[in-house]
Amino acid sequence: MLVYTIRKLLTGAVVFVSVTALTFFLLFARGGYEIARSFLSDTATPEQINARAEQLGLLRPIPAQYWDWLVELVTGASLGRSYLTNAPVVDVLMNRSPVTISLLVVSLVLTIAMGIPLGVVAATRGGLVDRGLQIFSVTVQAIPNYGLGLILVLVFALGLHLLPATGFVPLSRGFGPWLATIILPSLAIALGSIAFVGAQIRGAMLDLMRQDFVRTLRSRGVSRRSTVFKHALRSAAPPTLTILSLQVIQIVGGSVIVERIYALPGLGSIALSAGNSGDLPVVLGVVAWIVVIIVAVNLIVDVLNGFLNPKARVR
Amino acid sequence: MTHELEAPGEQVVIARKSVWRRLLHNPLSAAAIVYLAIVVLVAVFQSWIAPFPPERVVPTLTNVSPFGSEYFLGGDRAGRDILSRIIAGTRGGVLSGIIMASVALSIGIVFGLIAGYFGKVFDNVANWVFSVLLAAPGIIILLALYTLVDVSMPVAMAVLGVIASPGVFYLVRTLTLNVRNELYVDAARVAGLSNVRIVGRHVLLAIKGPIIILAAFLCGGAISASAGLEFIGLGNPAEPSWGSILNDAFANLFIAPWQLIWPGLALGLTMAALVLLGNGLRDAIEGSFIKPSLRTWRAEVTGLAGAAAVVRTLGVRGASKAQAGSPETSHLLQIEWLQVGYPNGGKLNPVVDDVSLTVDKGEIVGLVGESGSGKTQTVFAAMGLLPDNAVVAAGSVRLDGAELLGLPDDEFAQVRGSRLAYIPQEPMSNLDPAFTVGSQLMEGIRAQSSTSRAEAKRLALAMLARVGIVDPARTFKSYPHEISGGMAQRVLIAGAVMGKPHLLFADEPTTALDVTVQAEVLDLLRDLQREYGMGLLLVTHNLGVVAAVCDRVVVMRLGQVVEQGTVREVFSHPRHEYTKMLLDSVLDHTEARSPLTEEGGPSDD
Repeated sequence: MLVYTIRKLLTGAVVFVSVTALTFFLLFARGGYEIARSFLSDTATPEQINARAEQLGLLRPIPAQYWDWLVELVTGASLGRSYLTNAPVVDVLMNRSPVTISLLVVSLVLTIAMGIPLGVVAATRGGLVDRGLQIFSVTVQAIPNYGLGLILVLVFALGLHLLPATGFVPLSRGFGPWLATIILPSLAIALGSIAFVGAQIRGAMLDLMRQDFVRTLRSRGVSRRSTVFKHALRSAAPPTLTILSLQVIQIVGGSVIVERIYALPGLGSIALSAGNSGDLPVVLGVVAWIVVIIVAVNLIVDVLNGFLNPKARVR
Repeated sequence: MTHELEAPGEQVVIARKSVWRRLLHNPLSAAAIVYLAIVVLVAVFQSWIAPFPPERVVPTLTNVSPFGSEYFLGGDRAGRDILSRIIAGTRGGVLSGIIMASVALSIGIVFGLIAGYFGKVFDNVANWVFSVLLAAPGIIILLALYTLVDVSMPVAMAVLGVIASPGVFYLVRTLTLNVRNELYVDAARVAGLSNVRIVGRHVLLAIKGPIIILAAFLCGGAISASAGLEFIGLGNPAEPSWGSILNDAFANLFIAPWQLIWPGLALGLTMAALVLLGNGLRDAIEGSFIKPSLRTWRAEVTGLAGAAAVVRTLGVRGASKAQAGSPETSHLLQIEWLQVGYPNGGKLNPVVDDVSLTVDKGEIVGLVGESGSGKTQTVFAAMGLLPDNAVVAAGSVRLDGAELLGLPDDEFAQVRGSRLAYIPQEPMSNLDPAFTVGSQLMEGIRAQSSTSRAEAKRLALAMLARVGIVDPARTFKSYPHEISGGMAQRVLIAGAVMGKPHLLFADEPTTALDVTVQAEVLDLLRDLQREYGMGLLLVTHNLGVVAAVCDRVVVMRLGQVVEQGTVREVFSHPRHEYTKMLLDSVLDHTEARSPLTEEGGPSDD
C-alpha cells in the first residue's frame, strides 16, 4: 500500500511538472520584451521596457526561466511576485482560494449527496425515477453551467429574493451567510455533475445486479437489499470515485465562468483579470495551484480505490 | 467458460433496420436533426437571412422591447438588432463545434487505435501523456493562451479539442482492445491483411457507433465552451457571437433581463438538439432500456401471462398457503408444468416449457441437455433467482410439499441457503472480488440464522476444512483473485452446503475446472450428499458424470423435458431421438458408452 501511494505521488509530481512547464512555455513564449510591454503603461519607452524585462529575468532562455521558477517553488515555497502589485503570488492565491475551494467542496458534496442516491433509486426502483433521471440528464446537459447560473440568479435572487445575487461571505463569518452566497453558484456547477454521476451509478448498479456473485449470495439466503447496498454499491464505488475525480476538473473549470456571473472573488476571476493585464506570475500561480488541487484529489481517489479494490493494491 | 446463454430476454433484439431509419423514427431525434440542419443553413447563408447588418446602430432603438419595432427580437444596449446579431453569431458557433470535435476526434481516434491495437510501449506512453492532459485545467490553459497576441476563436477551439481528446482516446482504446481479440480480426490477420487495413476497415467499422455518439456530445460541449469563453469576455469583441450577445445581455441584467432569453434560447436549443441527437443515436445503435416500475412490470406480466403469473413471478404475501393444493407429495422437490419466459415484442418467449421433474430425499438426479435447453433457468426458477425480466407463466415448485412459487422475496430468502442451496458453474465470477472469501461465507451463515460473528467464523473455517481446503485460515482471509479456480469451487461448495440444505442444485459444478480437479470435486459433492442425506439435482452436459454418480436422469431440449427415467433405463433404452443422439455423441471409453454406438469402433475425435 505504501509503495502504491509513493508511486502515485511520483506520478502526481510528474504531472505537475509537465502541466506547469507547458503553461510556462505558452505564457512566456512571446519573449520578454512583449511581456514587459503588456503590463507596463503605454508611455513606457523601449529602454524602460527592456530594463524591466532584464530586471525580471525575462530575456533569458525559457527553460532556464522555468527551472528558476521550479527551484524557487521547491526551495523557497514561493511562486514569485505579481508584476503589477509586487505582492507575493502565494498570498494572492491564499486570499482567493477560500471562494474556489468553497465552490469545489459544496458542489462535490451536492454531487455526491444527490447524484449517488438518484442513481441507486433509478436502478433499483426504475419506472418514474429512472425516466426522470434521463430527462434531467438531457436537460442539464443542454444548458451550459453559466446558463444554469443565470437561470438560478434570475429565479432565486432577482425573482424570489431568497438569496443574494452576488458576493461572497467567508465561512469565518458564519455558516448560514457563507452557504447563502455559495449555494447558487455551486448548484449551477453541480447540476451537470449530479446528472452525470446519477446516470453512471445507475448503469454500474444495473450491471452489478446482474453479476453472478450477486445471485450466488442470494442463493445462500442473503437478502436482495443487502446485496444491493453492500455488494453492488461497493463494487460501483471505484468507478464512481474515478468519475468524481474527473468531475473535480470540470468543476474547477466551470468555476471560472460561474465566479464571473456571481461576482465571486475566486481563483478563476483573478486568473481572468491577471491574464487580461499580462500579470503572468499570477496566471502561472493559479495554474500551478489548480494542478496541485487536481493531483491531490486524484491521489486521494487512487488511494481510496486501492483500499476498495484489493486487486489494485497488489499491482 | 461463460454462462449459458439461456436468457434471451437479456439480449437486445435489434431489428435489421438502418440506424438512420430508427433515428428518424424517434420524433425527438428527427426534430433535433431538422433543427440542426436549419442552424447549419443559417450559418452558411447568414448574410442573406439577417434583416440588418449586425453592427447597424439605431440609437432610438436601444433596449427596445421585442415584437414592437423593426427589431423583431428587440434591440441591445448599443441599439443593434438582436435577431441579426444572433443570426450572425451562428457561424462562429457551428464552426467552433466542428473544429473542436474534429480535432478531439482525430487525435483521440488515431492514438486510441494505435494504442489499443498495437499495445506495448506506445500504449504505455500514450496512456501516460493523455492522463497528464486529463489533469490539465483546460479553461485556465486557455486563459494563458489568450494572453498571447491575437488568438482567434478557431485556434482556441483547436486547443480545446486537444484538451478534450483524452476522452476520445480512452474510449477508442478500450473499444479497440475489446475488438482486437475477436476472431474475425484474427481471421483477417491470418488471411494476410495488413495492419493498416485491418485497423482502418475492420476495427474502425466495429467501434464506430460509440464514437459517433461521442461526436454529437463533443459538438455540444464545444459550442457551450466557445460561448462560455466569449461570455467571460475572451474572443474577438468585434465579431458578434452567441457568447458575446449573452455577455451584453448579462451587463443589462437589471435594465432589460429579457435580453438574456434570445441568446440563451439559441444556445440552449442547439445544445439540446445535439444532446437529443446523441441520445437518439445511442438508442438507435445500442438500444435503450428504462427499468420498468413494479407497477408497470406487474401490468405487463398480467398482459402476457395472466394474473396468476404475477403471483408466481413477483410473489404475494400469503399466496403460497392459498395455492397449497395437493400437499400429499412424497417427493422432496416436485416441479410441475413449469413455464418460464421472457417478454419479447409483446409476446412471451418461452425458455422453460411445461417442465415437470422430481427429486427425492437422498437421490441424485442428472439434468442433461445442450446449452440453451433451459436447464439453468429451471434451477433459477426453483430458487426464485430468475433475472428481473423473467416471467414464471405457469406451474408449481414444491419443496417437501410446500409451494415455493409465489413466496415474496424475503420469505423465499429464508428457504434459500437453509433448505435449498446452489453451486454455480463458473467459480470466479461467483465470488465478489471486493470481499474476502471468509466474509462472503459469513454473510450467508448470518443471513440464515442469528449467529454471532465469532460463531459464524468458526463454522466457516470448519466448513472450509471439510471441503478439503488445506489451510482454511489463510483461504478465509484471501480475496477471490488470490485463490485457484479449483479452490474457489470448493469455497462455493462450502458456501452452499453450510446451512445443511435438504436439496442442492449444482449447475455444471465441474465444467469450468481442470480435468484433474473435476473428479476430486465430484467425489467431494457425492461425499457431502451422502453425509447430509441431501437430494441433489446435478445440471450437466457430461453423460459420463451422469453415469458415474446419478440415480436418475432428466433430458431437456429446447425448454422441454424429452425423456426421464433411471440412468440404466435411459442409457440402455433411450426412447427419444435426441437422447439417442446425445448418447451417440459420447465418444470415449467411459462407463457412459452406450450399446448403441455404431459399428466401426469409437471415433477418435
